[in-house]
Amino acid sequence: MSALLTYVDELLVGLGVPAPLPYVVVTGIKIVVVLLPLILSVAYFTYWERKIIGWIQHRLGPNRVGWNGVLQPFADVIKMLFKEIVVPANSNRFLFLLAPLVSLVTAFSVWAVVPFSETFVIAEIDAGLLYVLALTSLGVYGVIIAGWASNSKYAFLGAMRSAAQIVAYEIAMGFALVGVLMAGGSLKLGDIVLAQQGTSLLSWFFIPLFPLFLVYFISGLAETNRAPFDVAEGESEIVAGFHVEYGGIAFGLFFLAEYANMILITALTVLFFLGGWLSPFAGIAGLEGTWLAQSGFHWLAAKMVFFMFCFLWVRATFPRYRYDQIMRLGWKVFLPITIIWIFVEGVLVALEVGPWAV
Amino acid sequence: MIATLLFYAFAAVLTVAALGVVTSKNPVHAAFFLVLAFFQSALLWLLIDAEFLAIVLVLVYVGAVMVLFLFVVMMLDINVEQLRQGYTRYLPLGVVVAGVVILEIVHVIWYRSQGLPILSVPTSHGPDYSNTKELGAVLYTEHVFAFEIAAVLLLLAIVAAITLTMRKRPGLKVQNIAEQVAVRSADRIRVVKVDAVTDAKD
Repeated sequence: MSALLTYVDELLVGLGVPAPLPYVVVTGIKIVVVLLPLILSVAYFTYWERKIIGWIQHRLGPNRVGWNGVLQPFADVIKMLFKEIVVPANSNRFLFLLAPLVSLVTAFSVWAVVPFSETFVIAEIDAGLLYVLALTSLGVYGVIIAGWASNSKYAFLGAMRSAAQIVAYEIAMGFALVGVLMAGGSLKLGDIVLAQQGTSLLSWFFIPLFPLFLVYFISGLAETNRAPFDVAEGESEIVAGFHVEYGGIAFGLFFLAEYANMILITALTVLFFLGGWLSPFAGIAGLEGTWLAQSGFHWLAAKMVFFMFCFLWVRATFPRYRYDQIMRLGWKVFLPITIIWIFVEGVLVALEVGPWAV
Repeated sequence: MIATLLFYAFAAVLTVAALGVVTSKNPVHAAFFLVLAFFQSALLWLLIDAEFLAIVLVLVYVGAVMVLFLFVVMMLDINVEQLRQGYTRYLPLGVVVAGVVILEIVHVIWYRSQGLPILSVPTSHGPDYSNTKELGAVLYTEHVFAFEIAAVLLLLAIVAAITLTMRKRPGLKVQNIAEQVAVRSADRIRVVKVDAVTDAKD
């Protein structure tokens, strides 16, 4: 992949294209290479979700469109594209239509700093982790604007719930990442993965940072408004929450953003705590040279698929939290856990124990 | 060239957004304009290589402060008509205050800056220069006391805010979650065995 990009770059420079253009073209290709598979994985993530939850509940799941229902996501997309977008009366039309775009843009732009292998990343910026935190915190604006502009009490209640919930869990998430920073010693996502490189999978951060790993993943569930924290949608209480007034592809964009965010959380969890693209069988004799021992995108994808399955597994298993219990979990349980573990980590660093031994 | 064009584009949007904050009739629109203004100033900071400050501005002000701000503003039912009452009565006072403020701004920016050296654009460092690292290196060594004092002040503000809301009202019903979680089925239901009664059929 990177060889091809260098080739395109050299070709354009060789043809005498003026300075910023080859860079723009190469970055454009990179963006397409990341976003198209992402949108496809979102489509198949929804299919897979319905299948898995079906199997867990002893059903078959979608099985009518195409072989075993594999064309179901496309049928859904086509249906949504052809439906009318109804803008509610007395709502703010501009903000109403802006909201899904805000959700989508923030969900997609975070992928700019996610490294897919040691060489492939769209933008290797120095403050990558801060960028991730900043842009994931912007995602809530899509929800707030949607809830307010819809001029509907259910949408508004959903937006309020979501705003409070995301702010609460973002703090725990940020503190968990402080622990990752202390262990990784860099804000660059690629450097954080490389800091986990060692003899085996025991050098990955999920062992010294185990409480932070759990807090991060569960906060990720809450941050993406997934079950059991999906009170922002809460169809049993407030119909469908913030997107109750949206139909057609406007709803489809919210859907796309939500699933892109879920895949993003899995990617970040893997990068921060499970060695990203590193192979778990790196140091084992007899496996050298095979693809099993080779680090690369396939390992990142395999680990992400596991966590994506966890998202669905959790959704099919646990009942929805009560709202006050969500707040209690975020503020009174996760926040103290992360602060205590950062303190423990600080002591470990100062005493040079465990992974910080010089 | 491109940077200059971007600067004028961002600065124009920033100015429009800032005007929108003070001229919108709807407070929620004003808050959204403020979000836009914060975002644009973050972009301006990015243009002069201050990526840490720019991202932290977005993270703290746009991502957290303005969300809570909107949270409150959206729930308020503000009667604009009531706020407009007494416009002509307060107008002369307002004009005087505005005049004084304008005079002060002119004094500070124009009058006192006569003859001062004009600062050049900060030199751009290479791609390996880490803004965040440089800031941290100074913040935790040279300015450690100022940093600690700021942290203590913030902690004090948090404690003060929490104590203000922690008043015990008589008759207030609260849930004890630990108690709720510790409940076993035997505490709530009693399983009774009842022999089946069958009517003798004749």
